Amino acid sequence: MRRMTWFNATSLTLGFAFLYLPMVILVIYSFNESKLVTVWAGFSTKWYGELLGNEAFLDAAWVTVQVAVASSTIATVLGTMAAYVLVRAGRFYGRTLFSGMIYAPLVMPEVITGLSLLLLFIGIGLDRGILTIILAHTTFSMCYVSVVVSSRLVSFDRSLEEAALDLGCTPFESFRLVTLPIIAPAVISGWLLAFTLSLDDLVIASFTAGPSATTLPIKIFSAVRLGVSPEINALSTIMIAIVTVGVITASIISKRATLMQQRDEQAAARTA
Amino acid sequence: MRRLILISVPYLWLLALFLIPFLIVLKISLSDVAMAIPPYVPTLDFAEGWAGIKAFFAELDFENFTFLTTDDLYWKAYLSSLQIAALSTFLTLLVGYPIAYGMAMAPDHWRPTLMMLVILPFWTSFLIRVYSWMGILSNEGVLNQFLTWIGLIDQPLTILNTNVAVYIGIIYTYLPFMILPIYATLEKLDGSLLEAAEDLGCSRLSAFWLVTIPLSKQGIIAGCFLVFIPAIGEFVIPSLLGGSGTLMIGKVLWEEFFNNRDWPVASAVAVVLLLILIIPIILFQRNEQKQREKEG
Repeated sequence: MRRMTWFNATSLTLGFAFLYLPMVILVIYSFNESKLVTVWAGFSTKWYGELLGNEAFLDAAWVTVQVAVASSTIATVLGTMAAYVLVRAGRFYGRTLFSGMIYAPLVMPEVITGLSLLLLFIGIGLDRGILTIILAHTTFSMCYVSVVVSSRLVSFDRSLEEAALDLGCTPFESFRLVTLPIIAPAVISGWLLAFTLSLDDLVIASFTAGPSATTLPIKIFSAVRLGVSPEINALSTIMIAIVTVGVITASIISKRATLMQQRDEQAAARTA
Repeated sequence: MRRLILISVPYLWLLALFLIPFLIVLKISLSDVAMAIPPYVPTLDFAEGWAGIKAFFAELDFENFTFLTTDDLYWKAYLSSLQIAALSTFLTLLVGYPIAYGMAMAPDHWRPTLMMLVILPFWTSFLIRVYSWMGILSNEGVLNQFLTWIGLIDQPLTILNTNVAVYIGIIYTYLPFMILPIYATLEKLDGSLLEAAEDLGCSRLSAFWLVTIPLSKQGIIAGCFLVFIPAIGEFVIPSLLGGSGTLMIGKVLWEEFFNNRDWPVASAVAVVLLLILIIPIILFQRNEQKQREKEG
């Protein structure tokens, strides 16, 4: 029942044009000679040069990367633990509250998350800086990680873990040798998701950052508030390029991994 | 013992950094400080901070909430957030459904690529995606240049810094959230049902209305909630694309906090926003549960 009618073809073309044209235009104008973003004055890469000479942006980029690496790594550990608890720990005191706290941050408006964390940090007298942004980002991204990981945990065959235990593994060994390799793709995509969420976040970082640490989105936001700037176009182009290359590489790797797994399974089926 | 550690580490983390902060917001929103001692400036130190918060605990009242009702600004902002979110959700559905439909009808070997093309913008910075429209919609922007060039207009249209730009921004950034759940239901649609409808004399269009739309209802509902819920509290889109006339509650909360430094009122705004969101969130979860039961 596949019908590629003219209607479907048109809606796909227009739809993807709508999704991609704004970014294409952004990239094109990053190579514009003119300071006026709307007037085309010839090809130039000078905005990239200016960007590389802009200390404030480079500092902010460095802070952003540090925050993203730290928060996504902690969030992956905590989120995987939380997923394991949700799927495997059975009943325990306060389970409903626990799962509520995992799902609530996913729908909580960022302004509220940011405001509440800021009030906490001020309440306990923690100076705002890199540490507070990391704590804030870890908290909301661990919930995303645990959702991704728990969907994988639910679908996998529990008897494999039981077999490992029967064969003399300690629970930790069975986790490390059996469970972890199986859920690894979900853990990795959880980490990537947490990393991107952290790189991308403006609102929560604005509440929790102090004068000592400014992230790239905060910097970009305060620059574009005043209007379009070719330097920001250049920066956006670099970020779009990194994401595109990253996503395409990741999808090729995961496709190859699935193929390998299928081949292994077929080989196993033949020998058995 | 291991189990205890496994449970307690993420549990305590969420208690300390999610639940307790939220309770602080609740307490501050109920505290009587808005008028009397206005600014709780960010330089507040540890001792004062605790003392301040303890003082809040002591005297709870609803003054900040009554304040929200006395000033037009707040209820107008809530209403206009709901209205903007509702209308842009509807428009996102109109734009997203044909795309999801086209994807579901596309040849099998196209689909992984089409899926990736829908997901890719989601990995790209939200801020940059919103920003990309500033250069397009401004008075001397790409859109106006194009429309002037083809001779459709001779005066530039003012779109940037109006609500229209906010609608465009929401449709653009949330479109993948609408497409994916609808595509997921359309993909599973049994084509023989449509053939049966046509054999029984339905035109293609009426088969679409009578068969395809009802069968993709779950996806439509899920997509609408996924757009509507975050759109209500949106801050970046109204502040970059909207104008001074664009009232959205996320922006009001931000300004109340950063510009007016009125924490109690900002907290009260947050609590009311959350109360408003509870209804759509519960409806959304019920829809998800229904779907799961259907499948399981």
